[in-house]
Order: sequence, then structure tokens, then C-alpha cells
Amino acid sequence: MRSGIFAGLLLVTVSAATAFAQGAPIKLADVAELSGGGATVGNNWKNGIDLAIEEINGKGGVLGRKLEVTHADSQSNPGVARAQVQKALDNEPYVLLGPGYSGSVKVTSPLAAEAGIAHIMGGEAAELTQGGNKFLFRTSFGQQSSMPKVAKYINDELKAKSVAIVWVNNDFGKGGRDVISKEFAKYNIKVTADLSTEAGQADFAADVSKIKAAAPDAVFIYLNEEESARILKELKRQAVAAPLVGETTLVGQKVVELAGDAANGARGHVGLTTDAPVDLVKAFREKFVKKYNYVPDHNGLKGYLAIYMVKATTEKMGKVDAKKFADTLHGLTIKAASEPGILMDVTFDEKGDIDRQGFLVEIVEGKQVVKQVLPKLN
Amino acid sequence: MSNLLDLLVAGLATGAIYAIVAVGFTLLWQTSQTINFAQGEFVMLPAFLMLAVMHVGAPFWLAIILGILLSLLLLGLGFKLLLVDPMLRHGVLPLAIATMALAIGIKEAVKQFFSAEASPFPSIVPVGDVSVLGRVVSLQSLGVLALAIAAVIGLTALLNRTSIGHQMQATAQNPTVARIIGVPVERMILLTFLINAFLVALASLLITPIYLAKFSSGEVLGQAAFIAAIVGGFNQVRGAIAGGLLIGVVDNLAAAYVSTQYRAAVPLILLIVIILFRPQGLLGRPEERTV
Repeated sequence: MRSGIFAGLLLVTVSAATAFAQGAPIKLADVAELSGGGATVGNNWKNGIDLAIEEINGKGGVLGRKLEVTHADSQSNPGVARAQVQKALDNEPYVLLGPGYSGSVKVTSPLAAEAGIAHIMGGEAAELTQGGNKFLFRTSFGQQSSMPKVAKYINDELKAKSVAIVWVNNDFGKGGRDVISKEFAKYNIKVTADLSTEAGQADFAADVSKIKAAAPDAVFIYLNEEESARILKELKRQAVAAPLVGETTLVGQKVVELAGDAANGARGHVGLTTDAPVDLVKAFREKFVKKYNYVPDHNGLKGYLAIYMVKATTEKMGKVDAKKFADTLHGLTIKAASEPGILMDVTFDEKGDIDRQGFLVEIVEGKQVVKQVLPKLN
Repeated sequence: MSNLLDLLVAGLATGAIYAIVAVGFTLLWQTSQTINFAQGEFVMLPAFLMLAVMHVGAPFWLAIILGILLSLLLLGLGFKLLLVDPMLRHGVLPLAIATMALAIGIKEAVKQFFSAEASPFPSIVPVGDVSVLGRVVSLQSLGVLALAIAAVIGLTALLNRTSIGHQMQATAQNPTVARIIGVPVERMILLTFLINAFLVALASLLITPIYLAKFSSGEVLGQAAFIAAIVGGFNQVRGAIAGGLLIGVVDNLAAAYVSTQYRAAVPLILLIVIILFRPQGLLGRPEERTV
């Protein structure tokens, strides 16, 4: 009799626990640059995440469970980012999201790998996915994918024989500078000025004077958004006429907003832009603007996509399994037709790098104009 | 050498802004023994006050006027009455620490109420170029330089050629004697705070279009102006002006001809060298203390 009661209680307890586990929210942890030099990056990323979660939860969640995210501020400081990730991992999240700065990703990704959970981030430094970390996934192209396209554009379209390179002296900037320097060498394009600048730098007068003195056929600019805006203003102030070419951070919405007229004419390759001629991207833009009252840059798209990567991968597995998540995402192709939130067809390779369409854009009268759509490779 | 003129003009333009801010340091020190470590944040805040006014639909010119008035109220009158007066009776060191706390408070408040992200800020000087000695020079650099020089000349004229200026100088040199000879010392000290508030608002107006409005932008500016004040001579307005211009030019030339990566170190090296050989600063006067 007594054993019967015990068995009954056990059954009830197990059933209740299972029911609770099925209904419990799926916990995600986000560590992003909510203040400091990368505040634009982090806040766009965060808003993209929140928008996607709101949408998904509004439709019943993932496998019947709601998504729940905690946001922590890295203050754009790798040391703080690492501490925040350590703290976030103590709560055993399903997936780690962010940061956006490559330097911060570099010091936080080993922690997620050690915990055995997938780490979906926004960093673009080439080296991040080259070290064999099986848990790290990009939401944007790595420099090894984007820089060859930029160098080809400078050679083929601009016919430049010499360039000045301006880069920010951190992991992101140095990675980009190293990759594109090799690409320029392949085309025999001479680097007449190679200028390293500091993150958060306010005064670019001397750097631009050096560029003027070098008289290059084109200027390649690889700085964070705010510094990109400042150097564009200074380039205009000092009347530099050479074409200004960069990557996503030169032609983003925030740069255009900050630099004003000085951004006109800047061009670059972008992996993601809300001006992309893609219906789902346009729809995303409308939803984002309606919710936050401003046009997001690529980081807003990255945050949004990160959540839909979580959704698609989990639904592919058919269960919430943090340990199997990374294995499932490697080699996965997510079609926009079946998962509209992913916006464009996307494939993740064995290193966690991403393959999808890219765009060549130019700023014309304060707006991004897509000049060319670069197709998905595979 | 062909870009030397560009570098000099840009350096002088930035240096002139450092000079305006540095003058505030020396004025407050001379009249009330106040070292304001929130001076950089004092330059950052007016831009946000003006942006806030514009945010409610006011035109830029009205935002400038209201921004300056609010600066006078908050950073002049409020700063003196609410922080300096209560703290100064406890000594210079507690006051200096209080201004550090104020700097953090202002920064965090701006971050909280506005944004952690940078914002664009309109320029009062038109964008364009002019030809000077056969070189194309930015109109904005020249405009900033001209306005900053005009402010400094105006201040110097006020100090040297008006009765109020003489009373302020008397207060700075010896408040006790000034009081005996009938100078309204308290009023002169308040005037100094108001002048400082006006100068930081002007500096904010000039530099924010270039540096962008950001909660953390006062850090670099405050540090540069503080170094400028020491290099030029902390107890002399003309020293602060010279120090500001010197730091602006040296910083730009160092970035262009020495190393961009070590540019931040150059003003500090200059500071150390000057303190070693001329502790009172380039144009400062030695201060003796009787014990």
C-alpha cells in the first residue's frame, strides 16, 4: 500500500516536472555593446533580437515554448564582455548571442565552447572561425569572404593602381587590413598609405592630411561606425576627391545619419542592408521602424537573424537540445521560403561561416543604393 | 611638407577649442581655487541640451540661445551654489573629488536620458573650402579658429580693459584685499563661473559638429584641456590659451609626422618635459607659499 502511494507520488512529480520543462521558456543570453564605442552595434543587435523574439513568441514560440532573453552590456570592452559571458553562462542558457566586436568575441567564444553551447555572434574578423571552434557561428560574412569582393571591385570597377588603407587598431580592423592587403598585392595595387587609427578616435585631421599627401586612386576605410562618420566628415572638410570604399561599417545607416552629406559617394560591400532589393528584408525594415522609430543598420538584421537561426535549428532537431544545437547548425541550409525570418537563403559551413547573397552599395543623397547583388556561392 | 598648412590650420582650430576649455580651468582656479575635473563633461552637456531643445521642434538658433542659457544656469550658477560652495569649505581635494563624481554623474545621466550612441550635430560654420596661400583649407576649420579667437580676445578685453575685469583680477590675486577695497568678491566669483559656463557652451557648439555628440566625448577633451592649462601655466589665462593652441598643433603634427598610434602620448610627454624644466608652465608665474 505504502509503495503504491510512493509510486503514485513519483509519477505525479515526474509528470509535473515534464510538463513544467515543456512549458518553460527557452533561455537565451545576449552580451552586447550597449554602451561605449560600439553602442550603435550593440543597440541595433539587441533591438533586432527583441523584435524577432516578440514575433516568434507572438506565434506560439519554438516547439510550443517561449523564447526569453537576458541582455548584458559589455561596455564595448573585451574584459567586461568576458565577465558578462561568464555570468550569463552560469544561468545555463540554450544559446549565447553576441557580442558584435571581434575582440570581444575572441575572448568570449572559448567560454561558450567550454560550456558546450552554440555561440551566435556578429564579429567579422577572419580569424574567429579559423581556429577550429565548433560552437561559433556568424551572422555576417567573415573578412575572408568580404575583402576579396571589395578588392576586386577596387581593381575592376575603379581601376585603382594605388590605395590608402585606414583601419582601426583592434582585432576587427587589423584582420580586415591584413586580408585586404594580401588581396591588393594579388592585383598589384600599391598601398601608398597604411594608417592605423584608434577605436573612439575623435580627430582625423592628421590622418586625412596623410591621405591627401599620398594622393591615392582610392581610399579603403575600415573603421567602426562612429569613427567612419568622423573620418568621412574630415575627408569632406579637407576635400579629398578619391573614391572612398569600405565594407559594411562605412555605409551603414548610422554612418549616413552621423556623417550627413559627407557620406555621399561612399561605397562598399555589405553582407546585409535594409535597402536590399529583397521583399522579406523590406518587410523586416518596416516592422523594425514601426517598433523602434528608426532605420536599423546591419546589426539590427544580424540580431534578428540570430534568433531565427535558433528557431530554425531547434525546429530541425525537433527538440530543445543545447548540446546538439551546434552539430545541427553545421552544414544546415535554411530556406527563406520555409522560414521567412531568415530573410534570405543561408547556409552554414563546417567552420560556422555563412553563405548567402551580398550587395555592393553606394550612398546617394543620404541613402544606400544597391548597385549590384552578389549571389550566394553554394 | 605640402600638407603642413592643413595640419597647422586643423591643429590650431582644435587647439583653440582646447584653449577655450583650458581658460575655464584657470579662471575657476584663480578666483575660487576650484579644479573642475568635470570640465570635459561641461563641454559635452551643452550640445545635448541644444539637441533636446531641437528635439521638441525649435530651430537651431533658438536651441543655441536656450542651450547657452541652460548652461549658464546649470554649469555656472548651479555648479557654484550646489557643489562648489558647500564642498570648498572642506578643502580643494574633496572638491576635486566631488567634481570627478559630477563628471561620472553627467556622463551616465546623458547616456540614460539621451542615448549611448553618437548623434549628429549641426555646424554653425558652413561646410566648404577656401583657398589660402594656394592651398585648399576647410572653411569649418577657419570658422572654428576665428570664433575661438574672437572669444579669447573678448575675454582678454573684458579682463584687461573693463572695470569688471579689473575687479575679477583683483579677486583672483587676493580676495581678502579685494574685499577690503570694496570689490564685490562673491559677485566676481559667480561671474567667473558664468563665464566658464559660457565658454564651455561655445566650445561645445564648435567641436560637437566635428566630434559628434556622445556622452563620453568629454573625456578626451577634458584631459587635453587640463594638460593644456598646465603646459601653458595654470594661473594665467594667456598661458591656457598658449597651451591649448600648442597641444592642438603638437597633437596633429605628432600624428602626421611621428606616429598615429602614439599621438595620445605626445601631449603627456610634452607635459612631463615642461613640468621638469618649468614647473609653473610656459607662461605661468611661480607661486610661493609661506610656511
